[in-house]
Amino acid sequence: MDITVNILLTIATAATPLLIAAIGELVVERSGVLNLGVEGMMIMGAVGGFGATYLTGSPWIGLLAAIAMGAVFSLLFAVMTLSLATNQVATGLSLTLLGLGLSGMMGTRFVGQPGERLPNLYIPGLTEIPVVGRLLFGQDPIFYISIALTAAVMWFLFKTRTGLTLRSIGDSHTSAHALGIKVIRYRYLAVIFGGACAGLAGGHLSLVYTPQWVENMSAGRGWIALALVVFASWRPWRVLAGAYIFGAVWIGQLHAQAFGIPVPSQFLSSLPYLATVVVLVLISRNKRLTMMNTPASLGQPFVPDR
Amino acid sequence: MMRLELVKRPQRSMLFSALSPFIAFALTIIAGAVMFALLGVNPLTAFNIYFIEPISQVWQLHELAIKAAPLILIAVGLSVCYKANIWNIGAEGQFILGGIVGSMVPVLFPQFEGPLVLPLMLLLGMVGGAAYAAIPALLKTRFGTNEILTSLMLVYVAQLFLDWLVRGPWRDPQGHGFPQTIQFNDSAVLPELMPDAGRANWGFVFALVAAVLVWILMSRMLKGFEVRVLGSSPRAGRFAGFGLNRMVFFAFLLSGALAGLAGISEVSGAIGQLQPVISPGYGFTAIIVAFLGRLNPLGIVAAGLVLALTYLGGEAVQSALGISDKVARVFQGMLLFFVLGCDTLIHYRIRVIGLALTKPEGVAKLEAAPKLKEAR
Repeated sequence: MDITVNILLTIATAATPLLIAAIGELVVERSGVLNLGVEGMMIMGAVGGFGATYLTGSPWIGLLAAIAMGAVFSLLFAVMTLSLATNQVATGLSLTLLGLGLSGMMGTRFVGQPGERLPNLYIPGLTEIPVVGRLLFGQDPIFYISIALTAAVMWFLFKTRTGLTLRSIGDSHTSAHALGIKVIRYRYLAVIFGGACAGLAGGHLSLVYTPQWVENMSAGRGWIALALVVFASWRPWRVLAGAYIFGAVWIGQLHAQAFGIPVPSQFLSSLPYLATVVVLVLISRNKRLTMMNTPASLGQPFVPDR
Repeated sequence: MMRLELVKRPQRSMLFSALSPFIAFALTIIAGAVMFALLGVNPLTAFNIYFIEPISQVWQLHELAIKAAPLILIAVGLSVCYKANIWNIGAEGQFILGGIVGSMVPVLFPQFEGPLVLPLMLLLGMVGGAAYAAIPALLKTRFGTNEILTSLMLVYVAQLFLDWLVRGPWRDPQGHGFPQTIQFNDSAVLPELMPDAGRANWGFVFALVAAVLVWILMSRMLKGFEVRVLGSSPRAGRFAGFGLNRMVFFAFLLSGALAGLAGISEVSGAIGQLQPVISPGYGFTAIIVAFLGRLNPLGIVAAGLVLALTYLGGEAVQSALGISDKVARVFQGMLLFFVLGCDTLIHYRIRVIGLALTKPEGVAKLEAAPKLKEAR
């Protein structure tokens, strides 16, 4: 039983950064903007989180720094694509390339330094309950944030007027603009929210998952988060399910490597990436579902005419 | 609050079309100066080490050509994709597969020598790269799967596959356990152009030839027209009878083959064997090269040389100033940002609007109204 609980806990830990980054990107894409810079914002969050923790000694400050780092970095993308109407695909790519470079440079002095892990939740009495205690009341703080975030985004998008407005912008920015909605302002806020989420996800990597700084430690998770949004056909609860499936694949291959299964470790390591491809194929085969859910103005630049 | 407003130009500005890469480069230099100053290095000293010293001797120009060759080869292929609005961002993986498949000849048949070896390797390299690029193309055309994500995921898979090969079945048994294949025999090594002057090999010639050929294809042949039409208006392309699916395959196979050729040229020329890492991110940097070169093959040659210099400069400041060679990546990223930003100037005029300068909206509307009537 203990083993099962431990495996479930590690799956949750692996799924959390994917979930947070994907939920953030989901809001961005629902507003009609495609930000391919998730990987870059994530790694900036990771280095910012680790750096702030290293300098101040408090992983809580590190957590805030990670969020701020992602948000500020996403602002670059927002200015380019929203104010200057640049190509979103190319700009997102450059955000990722810049983030990988900048984080590598900023992190040079942190390589090999000991990190500080965010403490797990501990509620006397509740956490000690057999089996469910640790699952429900003994995880890291970001896990709880991720669940709350998913619920909040679900409520925001589908139960509030502002959420409806945001979705309408994603479906037709020209109509929304004609109705007097501030398209660009909404999109700025959405992009910055997505950046903050990606930063938080990066912070999870360097403050919880492996509390240290390793170059390129996001290892393609930002891209997997992007794939998750497509897989989930832009629905928050499906992102949650997808993130946990991927978390399970990620942990499964690590366990398989540890158990010495006679398959080369490189093949097992490539499983999450192959799984992403397979899942994308499966989901895109259903063309009607994809067509119905894709925000119609996704990725198209918008310049308000007056 | 200050606000930027874009005003559409009646037609694209030829002036900014030509100037924007230079403006972008100038802005990168300024941002770079700030960065070096923040790192506590005199920007002038740093720039001298970064941009001037690495190309002040003939043998260094050869090193520049070695770095530029794969960048140009890959970027020329990517430019066709991007012109057609097809987003192959997995060139890094196609580069690796080209290196692996091309190396089958010298690694599996080390006794096979003679003038046939190299052409066979180069051909196999192109086939390998193209075959790997065919996967996202197939998935896109058959199932409508997003090619950005699939081509990128396959990069990670290719890297891990190469890692397995050189640590596993292809490892040199006499290599003292180092993760690398045997050294290629002499007839499997891409010859140097001018062995007395420096290390530059035939890869650079391939790059120049590819650039010229693709330039002819894009500007003088129907296929190039097809690429441009489908890229800017798929609907118009369909009316003209151009198949989008065929174009996806064409663009992916062409760019994959060129990336594969770059891969095998790098392995057989600059490295001489397979090892766990054969590319310092050429496939990704080539994306920047393609955009900096305005998606024009001849512009890409120039852009490839500039980006190659950022690699050399990164190595130079690392050894001379002790700054991480990641500084090269930062320069490359900034350059792409500024290029994309400056490209806006081709299609739009930018007006900066401050609070004090704007008229109240009602007044502006009143003023605009009579004009509208006149126009009617």
